[in-house]
Amino acid sequence: MRYSALSLLTQALRGHKGWTPVWRDPAPKAEYDVVIIGGGGHGLATAHYLASRHGITKIAVLEKGYLGSGNVGRNTTIIRSNYLLPGNTPFYELSMKLWEGLEQDLNYNAMVSQRGVLNLYHSDAQRDAFARRGNAMRLAGVDAELLDREQVRAMAPFFDYDNARFPIQGGLLQKRGGTARHDAVAWGYARAADSRGVDLIQNCEVTGFTMVDGRAVGVETSRGPIRAKKIAMAVAGNSSRVAAMAGMRLPIESHVLQAFVSEGLKPMIDGVVTFGAGHFYVSQSDKGGLVFGGDIDGYNSYAQRGNLPVIEDVMESAMALWPGLGRVRMLRHWGGIMDMSMDGSPIIDRAPVEGLYLNAGWCYGGFKATPASGFCFAHLIATGEPHPVAAAYRLDRFASGRLIDEKGVGAQPNLH
Amino acid sequence: MSAQPFRLASGGLIDRSQALSFRFDGKSYGGHAGDTLASALLANGVRLVGRSFKYHRPRGILSAGPEEPNALVELRSGARREPNTRATVAELFDGLEAVSQNRWPSLAFDLLSLNGLFSPALVAGFYYKTFMWPASFWEKLYEPLIRRAAGLGRAAGAEDPDHYEKAFAFCDLLVIGGGPAGLAAALAAGRTGARVILCDEDFRLGGRLLAEKREIDGRPVAEWLAAALAELESLPDVRLMPRTTVFGLYDHGTYGAVERVSDHLPQPQPHQPRQRAWRIQAKRAILAAGALERPIVFPGNDTPGVMLAGAARTYANRYGVLPGRETVLFTAGDDGWATARDIAAAGGKVAAIVDARADADPARKALADRLGARLFAGGVVERARGGRQLDQVTIRDASGATHALACDLLAVSNGWNPTLHLTSHQNGKPVWDEEIHCFVPGTLPAGLAVAGSAAGRFTLATALEDGARLAREALGDLGLSVAAAGPVPAADDEPCGLKPLWRVTGGKGPVFPGKAFVDFQNDVTDADVELAAREGFRPVEHLKRYTTLGMATDQGKTSNLSGLAIMAEQTGRTIPQAGTTTFRPPYTPVAIGALGGHHRGKAFRPVRLAPTHGWSSEQGAVFVETGQWLRAQYYPKPGETDWLATVNREVLAVRETVGICDVSTLGKIDIQGADAAAFLERVYINGWKALPVGKARYGLMLREDGFVMDDGTTSRLGEHHFLMTTTTANAGKVMQHLEFCHQVLWPDLDVGMVSVSEQWAQVTVAGPKARKTLRGVVDPEHDLSNEAFPYLAARAVTVGGGIPARLFRISFSGELAYELAVPAGYGDAMMRALMQAGAPFGITPYGTEALGVLRIEKGHVAGNELSGQTTARDLGLGKMMSSKKDYVGRLMANRAALNEPERPSFVGFKPVDRRERLRAGAHFIGVGKAATMANDEGYMTSVAHSPHLNHWIGLGLIRGGSARIGEQVRAYDPVRGGDILVEICSPVFLDPEGARLHG
Amino acid sequence: MRITCPYCGARDAQEFSYLGAADPVRPDGMAAAEAAMADYVYLRDNPAGPHRELWYHGSGCRSWLIVTRDTRTHAISAVEPAKVRKAGEAA
Repeated sequence: MRYSALSLLTQALRGHKGWTPVWRDPAPKAEYDVVIIGGGGHGLATAHYLASRHGITKIAVLEKGYLGSGNVGRNTTIIRSNYLLPGNTPFYELSMKLWEGLEQDLNYNAMVSQRGVLNLYHSDAQRDAFARRGNAMRLAGVDAELLDREQVRAMAPFFDYDNARFPIQGGLLQKRGGTARHDAVAWGYARAADSRGVDLIQNCEVTGFTMVDGRAVGVETSRGPIRAKKIAMAVAGNSSRVAAMAGMRLPIESHVLQAFVSEGLKPMIDGVVTFGAGHFYVSQSDKGGLVFGGDIDGYNSYAQRGNLPVIEDVMESAMALWPGLGRVRMLRHWGGIMDMSMDGSPIIDRAPVEGLYLNAGWCYGGFKATPASGFCFAHLIATGEPHPVAAAYRLDRFASGRLIDEKGVGAQPNLH
Repeated sequence: MSAQPFRLASGGLIDRSQALSFRFDGKSYGGHAGDTLASALLANGVRLVGRSFKYHRPRGILSAGPEEPNALVELRSGARREPNTRATVAELFDGLEAVSQNRWPSLAFDLLSLNGLFSPALVAGFYYKTFMWPASFWEKLYEPLIRRAAGLGRAAGAEDPDHYEKAFAFCDLLVIGGGPAGLAAALAAGRTGARVILCDEDFRLGGRLLAEKREIDGRPVAEWLAAALAELESLPDVRLMPRTTVFGLYDHGTYGAVERVSDHLPQPQPHQPRQRAWRIQAKRAILAAGALERPIVFPGNDTPGVMLAGAARTYANRYGVLPGRETVLFTAGDDGWATARDIAAAGGKVAAIVDARADADPARKALADRLGARLFAGGVVERARGGRQLDQVTIRDASGATHALACDLLAVSNGWNPTLHLTSHQNGKPVWDEEIHCFVPGTLPAGLAVAGSAAGRFTLATALEDGARLAREALGDLGLSVAAAGPVPAADDEPCGLKPLWRVTGGKGPVFPGKAFVDFQNDVTDADVELAAREGFRPVEHLKRYTTLGMATDQGKTSNLSGLAIMAEQTGRTIPQAGTTTFRPPYTPVAIGALGGHHRGKAFRPVRLAPTHGWSSEQGAVFVETGQWLRAQYYPKPGETDWLATVNREVLAVRETVGICDVSTLGKIDIQGADAAAFLERVYINGWKALPVGKARYGLMLREDGFVMDDGTTSRLGEHHFLMTTTTANAGKVMQHLEFCHQVLWPDLDVGMVSVSEQWAQVTVAGPKARKTLRGVVDPEHDLSNEAFPYLAARAVTVGGGIPARLFRISFSGELAYELAVPAGYGDAMMRALMQAGAPFGITPYGTEALGVLRIEKGHVAGNELSGQTTARDLGLGKMMSSKKDYVGRLMANRAALNEPERPSFVGFKPVDRRERLRAGAHFIGVGKAATMANDEGYMTSVAHSPHLNHWIGLGLIRGGSARIGEQVRAYDPVRGGDILVEICSPVFLDPEGARLHG
Repeated sequence: MRITCPYCGARDAQEFSYLGAADPVRPDGMAAAEAAMADYVYLRDNPAGPHRELWYHGSGCRSWLIVTRDTRTHAISAVEPAKVRKAGEAA
């Protein structure tokens, strides 16, 4: 059923009895053209673009839990394309452009909201580093503005400008950055893919690969074996575990990233702001909760939960930046498992095992990448060639040295 | 101040001798010490206290505890305003101010309640289906409207004037909850001498004992409680912490808790924090957090005057407040009956008892008769009405006939949910207990046991037994004696039969049947849950996320299970098949300020001061934050208003006479051992074995991935003794790296190392008069002549008549320069002595800015070039890479991709128009080429104004590097409006032959 | 999280910093191959389960420790010094 104000009103008059399931609940078939492992944002987006852009519809998306149960439903909802390196910037800008047309493409309101992303700087060196980045963005056709202290103050007068340990000197603003409603992104892609015939199969855990002559020809699942011409992995957080079933080791560690939401409040802050002298970023959801986070805990973890040192570090940074938050209460905190890659950038590539395609290593930047990740992964799966903006995301770049290390911290995932 | 019409003449745990006055929505009321805001409002007959989130429906007080979804207020005012404060746990104090929230213009008349008219369209998830056209209208029109309407209270907006603290505690046994189970546990453990901490979120210990008329050990509970608390207070290793909420359970027995030190006061006492965040490290813990009562979903169940039965009892028994004059009880189990009994005992009229269970137990019938209440066994309340205040309920009896009854209180009881939140903080899934119709703790986190109601053992007797038994078991596990644990307190079992009733349907309403709320705060109705089921949002997480059930500030404490039960019913499954309710930390919301502690403002992070900081302050230095250090940036002289003028003067002084700069912040690592030289060979890319004793050398180290990690000079002070210096920023990182290399990679090497960064104060004395200046400080027996102490000499000397010192002839500025180090305590004296010795030459102190200019003029790399993205070859230092030995990063640095000629490499830049200013961060674009990513050739890493050359100079990385010297390119800087022509040049702008160095 | 340092006793994990997997062995010496070094630098088993990993007690005794910790539960089953004592060296 197509969504519109009219369909909503029509249904309202009928007591909403006419709405039908947003997606089917099919049993797995014996064979598909493409099996996508992972019913999160990236997997669902891949299915949508394979179906809508490449006409491939004999697709199953296998999800071990419920659709959107991974990081697409656990993140802090930020979208931006303020990247420094040429391997990254065009990819995230494609993502931003897809965000800008997402709702009309999906006929689903994912509340894409471009209220701006502002990264604060607190020293001359940081300013110059942001200038370098802002200039790189402009060269790639991305909007970027370098603000001085007074411009930041005009946008956010409530920050600590007068008694700060690391005084705010200014910020790098991407006005087109913002947020989107994370669950709705998963649901919108799921609904759109389902409507084109993609089978979304929940509670279906992949337990192994069926190999013939070194080629992956199917998957073993908790709901039986499924054959596939192509198998695509989009299981960030658990990439190493699934890859291990195919005998692969990846340049990835799984780490926990915590996120926080405050009680619902009347509007306090418009866009997204990141603190440059500590680990803290914040935005406010349409429901009124401040959504915020900080650094990863820093140790390998699959537990989807973190510990107090990072929680306190985030709150300290929050108070250092915005001392008016003292009496605002943190309502919930949780953790997601991040595929932390060895250079901080993702992988979209064929796997060394024939028949297998890899979409992994999103670190804590996977949500904003969702549309382009699906778009480019679909392109790779359908055409066999990498999409031009994702061409740098090769798996062999680690061995070859063509790294995409935005932070310059090297092969230590917990520093990215 | 008005009278308190609903205050009972006697009874309760309030202090009637202490009258308190408070204001709600601008009106004055009276209460007593021991009241909560909610109990005081009820005492004054105030029932309408808030408006709901989406439909702005009038809401009253549902509970008497932390689960409250409705009675949220903005507490206090101005910078201390606390939005979304639950009136049911806000302790009353004299002068308290609170206002209702989420209403306009007033609580009684809220224009946004018009939302209710549109409510047929505003169902769960309606926003996903509309507001999409045109795309740009979302941010401009729809979203601002939604944002303004959503949210609940208003945050203060100003800096929080109060302080917060962090504290740490360690114990053998942490008891969470001071009710009967917790008290029994604390008593048993405390008597043995174990270290016990008992935390309770309430301001008064006792838990449910405070609200019940029961007996323990044959004594009234109040008497028993007083004795128990007195005994606990007498035990030296027992710490009682009321007003302390254990909000989270973390790894390895770490519990997060917040103590509300001053929230019961108008403002904190001087030198007291508002709240204190605790990290409690407990060897064992007992969760004795009790249980939370469950409401029933039926039309109008959110009308002010509909209250949980246990809460109604609490208001009567604990607070001496009659929660209603005319009460109807609607219960699905035995426990509700205690409310009818206690309300009647308090003088209230119980008009009817509606017990959904069909069986007419004779004892219950007798009690109803005694209370003068009509009994509707097998009946339900199918509707509550009254708008802003309950005035009527419609009862459907067992035969289906309906009866309208007037009342002002409907007490609702549907059994209790164990407060098991902490057990799910480490991913533990609660399990459904079919016998008692609730989720009970599943797999427990290590070290935690659950006692009493929190474990689903609901009677008073079992709670007491549980607490005492589990305390003994915990101490036994720890190998502590439990001989002295004492007897287990005894009580009678009360009836706790239950046949839960999740919702009432089938009522005949007027045009629209009334809304029946599952989640009061987020306005989620049973119809929303049905819609979610219809649309396929059936997994419990989908249900929550789609309808927002359980996502409000109460985290679904009163709503999650009802929602799950309705979903189960809709999908033909049992409750455990439909899902489980888990809870994320924190148990109740925690103030951000509390977890931030004192780390805010200037105290956000520690400040490290150079040994000469005091002296620099006296000179009027301007300081700059570099990491945790506060360093002198420049030293303006009176009359100098432009920082650049000051820096130019400082630079010229170094070039022409002599300057002095504190460089103590550099990392200093003392490395000793027979294999010290061999060790350096492996961590640096260049050679060290041949370095003579008494000499220094520049060293560069890589990460194992082949990119540059750090640089610095290292001196050989003895055959087996080196002193390494690192950059300021990497001091800790390099130390850790060296320890890694030694302990993990090459444990066989005979080498040891220690950081001595803080032990030595070190200054640079640079300039043509440097030697003469030093001569006045270094003891005369040390020959400083060029021959005796040549470039790169590094030796121990003495200064000031025997003070041990180290002198290094190294230069970052390209001048004749030395670094002199003395024990840190002498740093200030050394600075003063050098200033005196250099006075005849006009010695000039300089700061980090001039330091930067001097190094840029000489083309030395520093932090901006050591970005972690550059190789030794990128920086023009490839020749240092030894091919004769293995070292960290060798193999990876030799990868083909890291040695491609297109990689940007290090050169200098000057503006073609010498008046133009350069900016670091500008990108290089070929002349005449479009400003696109494809044409991006590199970027400017560092810039400075060279007073020597009298124009700006820059360093940077550009494709082709030194092969392009003489070529012009654009320095493109659109974010600062810059686009200028620059000429590529050698990075060494001054004295390329190094003549000054050797002077 | 708490780590029981063999030298200092049980300490908050905040005193330590984390590096990563302890099992990969550096291919030492001039004969080592680039591919083997790339594996050492970049590839990880990243198991969901017991994980031998390197922690540095930087705010304590500066020892590098090998901690065996379950990445699903964070439960620690062993902590040992990374530096293997040489034969005959005093404890």
